[in-house]
Order: sequence, then C-alpha cells, then structure tokens
Amino acid sequence: MKLFGKKTAPYRYLLPTLVLMIVFLVVPIIMVIRYSFVDKAVVSPDPQFVGLANYAELFADSSFWNAVSNTIIFVVVSVVAHLVIGMIFAMLLNSKYFTNRTKTIARVVYILPWVFTASVVAILWKLMLQPSGIINYLMSALPQVSRNTEWLSNKDLALAVICFINIWCGYPFYMISILAGLQGISGDLYESAAIDGATLTKSFLHITIPQLKPILISIAMLDFIWTLQSFNVIWMLTGGGPVQSTETLSIYIYKLAFQKVDYSMAGTAATVLLVVCVFIAIFYVRQQKKVRE
Amino acid sequence: MVGSYKKHIKVIMTVLLVIGGIFAAFPIVWMFCSSLKDNSAIFSWPPKFFDETASLASYVAVFTDSMKVRFFINSYIVAGCVVLVTLFVGILAAYAFSRFDFPGKGVFNSLIVSVQAIPPIVLLIPYMGMIVALKLFDTYFALILTYLITTLPYCILMMTGYFNTLSRELDEAVMIDGGSRWKALWGVLVPISLPGMVSVGMYTFMQAWNEYLFALALTQKTEMRTVPIGINLLMGQHAYDWSQMMAMSVLGSIPVLILFIFFQKYFIAGMSSGGVKG
Repeated sequence: MKLFGKKTAPYRYLLPTLVLMIVFLVVPIIMVIRYSFVDKAVVSPDPQFVGLANYAELFADSSFWNAVSNTIIFVVVSVVAHLVIGMIFAMLLNSKYFTNRTKTIARVVYILPWVFTASVVAILWKLMLQPSGIINYLMSALPQVSRNTEWLSNKDLALAVICFINIWCGYPFYMISILAGLQGISGDLYESAAIDGATLTKSFLHITIPQLKPILISIAMLDFIWTLQSFNVIWMLTGGGPVQSTETLSIYIYKLAFQKVDYSMAGTAATVLLVVCVFIAIFYVRQQKKVRE
Repeated sequence: MVGSYKKHIKVIMTVLLVIGGIFAAFPIVWMFCSSLKDNSAIFSWPPKFFDETASLASYVAVFTDSMKVRFFINSYIVAGCVVLVTLFVGILAAYAFSRFDFPGKGVFNSLIVSVQAIPPIVLLIPYMGMIVALKLFDTYFALILTYLITTLPYCILMMTGYFNTLSRELDEAVMIDGGSRWKALWGVLVPISLPGMVSVGMYTFMQAWNEYLFALALTQKTEMRTVPIGINLLMGQHAYDWSQMMAMSVLGSIPVLILFIFFQKYFIAGMSSGGVKG
C-alpha cells in the first residue's frame, strides 16, 4: 500500500485526531482500568496484580457508598428540577401573551446562569450564602428562620444547597432545547384540540408532552451523564464536606488520587464511574438513532 | 367571561416571567454590585444594591496586581491556542468524514461521539502520570493537549455537518483544474465555512476559558494558573476581600459574556444541538 496513495488519503486527514485520541483518550482509559487491577499503582515501581481485590475493598468501603448515595440524590434532584424549570421557562418564552421583544430580552436573561464559569458560580453563591449575606437577609423576612444559617457548613443543609446551585446554573440548557422543540409543534394540533373542547391541561398532557418526548429523553440523559461527572462547583464550595455530606463520586475519586495518593483505589472507583457513564451513553446513542429514524 | 379568564392567565404568566428573571439574574446583578462596593459595605444590614462607597477601586486593584493579570494572560494564551489547534485538526478530520468513505469510519465516528460520556476525573488520574512523564507538568502544553480531547469532538461533528451541506462539485472543480484535495479544502471549503468556524471557535474558546479540573491538577506554580483557578485561589488567600473577588469574577466572565451577546444565535443553536456542557 502506497503511503500517499488514494486509499490512505482519509487516514492522512484523520491522523492528527487519531494520534490525539489514542494518546489522550484510549491509552489513559486502558491505564485507569489497569490501575484498578494492581496494588500500589504509580507509586510503586513494580505494582502487583491483585485481581478483583481492589473492587472488593471499594465495595466494602462505607465512604464509597456514601458518595454513591450523595451522587444519586444530587443527580436525580438536579435532573428532575432542571426538567420542570426548563419546561416552565420554555413555555413562558413560547407563550403568545408576550411580545417578541419581551421574549427576546427574557431569553437572554434566562440563559445567563449557563454562561458563567464554575468558579464564578461557586464564588458568587459563596458570597450570597455567607451567614451575614443576602440570602439570610431575605430569609429573615420569613417567620422562624434563623438569621445566621451557615448554609454550607451545616451537614444537613449543604447537599440541598449544592443541588439548588446546580439547578440554577443548569436549567438553561433544558429551556433552550425544549423551546426549540415547542416551536416545532404545529399550532394546528392545539387549535383542533381547542375546538374539541380540550382544556389547557389536557392539551399539555396529550399534545405537548408526547410531541416533546424524544427531546426530553435525550436532554435528560445527557444531563444525567454530565451531572454524574460534576466536580467543579462542589469542590470549590464545600470540598465534599462538611463530614463528607456533599462528597460525590468525582470528589471521592479526586481525593483518593490527589490527597491520599492511592491511584489503585482511585482507578477502581473511576472504572466503576466510567462503566456507569458508558452504559448510559449507549442508551443515549440508541435513543438518538430512534429519533432520527 | 372568556376575556377575564385570558386576562388572569396573562397576569399569572407575567408574574412568573418576572420571578424567573429575578431567579436567573439576581445573583449576577449582586455579583456586579458587590464588585463596586467597599468590603465593609458588602455585608451591610439591610443590604443595598449601590451605596456611597461605589467605586472601581477593586478593578484597579486587580489590574495593578501582576499575578492576577498573569492569570488572564495565561487563560488567553491557552484558550487561543486551543481554538486554533482544534479548528485546524478538527477541519482535517471533518473533511475526511465528509468527503471519503473508508473502512473504520463508523468506529472512528463512535469513538468521537463517545468522548462526551467519559468523565474528566477518569482521564485526569492517568493524565497526571503521563504529563509528568512527558515533562509537560506546569506548562501551557499540558493544558492545551488535554483540552483538545474535550473540544475536538464538537468541532469535528459540527464541521462535518457543515461540509456535508457544501456540494462536492466545489472540490471537484478545483481538482479538475489540477489542484490537490488539500488546495480544495483550504482554498475553497474553508473560506465558505467561515460562519461555521466562528461558531465552533466561539464554543471552543468558552470551553477552554471555563475549564477547571485539568487546570487545577496539571499546573502548580501560581504564575501558570488560569483565571478559574485564580478566582478559586482568591477564595483561599483573600478570604475577606469579597469586593476584589467579585471584580475578578466579573472580569473573568467578560470574554465569554461578550461572545454570548454577539453570537447569541450560534450560541443557542449550539446549545440545542447538545454539543457542549457548561
């Protein structure tokens, strides 16, 4: 086969991508999986193969299960709230009661939280959640709420606060996708439903939801994968604390690798997370194919 | 009856619209206002949006601190290089996907799509050892190379889509005149694809500008840190200088905010294609 022949042409164009993908994607994934089967990966010059011992140790670790449960709460609450808020905002932006100008301005304002980087989101909520900050001031208007709530250092509140912040910065993605979907639904469907005497609730349940279903499933799955991986805002706001109450899987893995320098256990937990993400991704790709057909 | 029913709905909708606006924008407005205040005024009770201490002092403080300016320079260098390399490498790959049928195309395509599903933390663990072994720890290259993995897939998918809309006759015309495929790509296809490249470039810039995890672990010296890490460092160092932290956050958000305002249409199109995470 000639190196510069016609047959090799597409591969020559793909070569830089291919090299990058192999060096920085395929090889690292193989390395991480290998770490999970050896003892003292990276730190020891001669790591010993230990079979599934690392997995046994991981599944016996209560901190791991704590991280799993925090992650599930965080992901489920975020995805459901994103879906609800995204739907409400998208319907507002699609409503015939407002002028186009109002809707354009509202759309820009509503997307804003998505634009800010994680460290800005973290620092700005940290300011507002200070004991003498604005949130406590607004809360003090309500009866029976302490004026000095320590939102982020209270282990019963921290996870809820983290979820709330994640909801705040994640809903615009849903809103925009749902809005695009709503604009694609023919007005005739609603008109004929109205002639048949359908109420707003009925046409929402029987027209809007079924029409949007493919979009809703796609974005919820994408969000599920992203939220499962989220690290930045949590790390900056609480570092997983207080007392591991906001420690999600990503935080748990980061601490194992970079604080306890236990690459074997970090690799083991990372492999578990990877398998879950790949599993959901396969469903996502299948769903996308179904939508296209 | 019907008229008043509609009126009620409109009132409810308007109230919801305003509440939604406050929910979305209040934290951002508060950040901006705080950046103008004196530190003692930030936690005044009752709080005010603006008060007599309003000044640009915190912004001046950020701009005269060479270390903070350095964070911005680092972020611009890294994000700029990532955009250029992503576009170059991505366009080559997109050309292959759009113009050729070859064995393995399906496998390469799924490899590229699957990148989104790989948690960054999973890659970071082996990166640490790799980057140290390649002697790239604490350099721009460490960040640029690792960022490419997250930015390339979107670029390739979008540019392949873009090239697919351009007729193959365009490249054939160049080749009939004796030009090479290379010439057809860079001389004809790329210039027509400029709008697509602008939107991909904008997204890539945002991703690179906002990246946190790799920058946190793969750099160590303060002078190699990027803006997101710099902001985070302020939280530790000047834990009480909220005004300066907010000024730094506003300044750190401006490049992306400008891109968002000017390229809103592309931004929204990209968002609904689900290609990019925030």
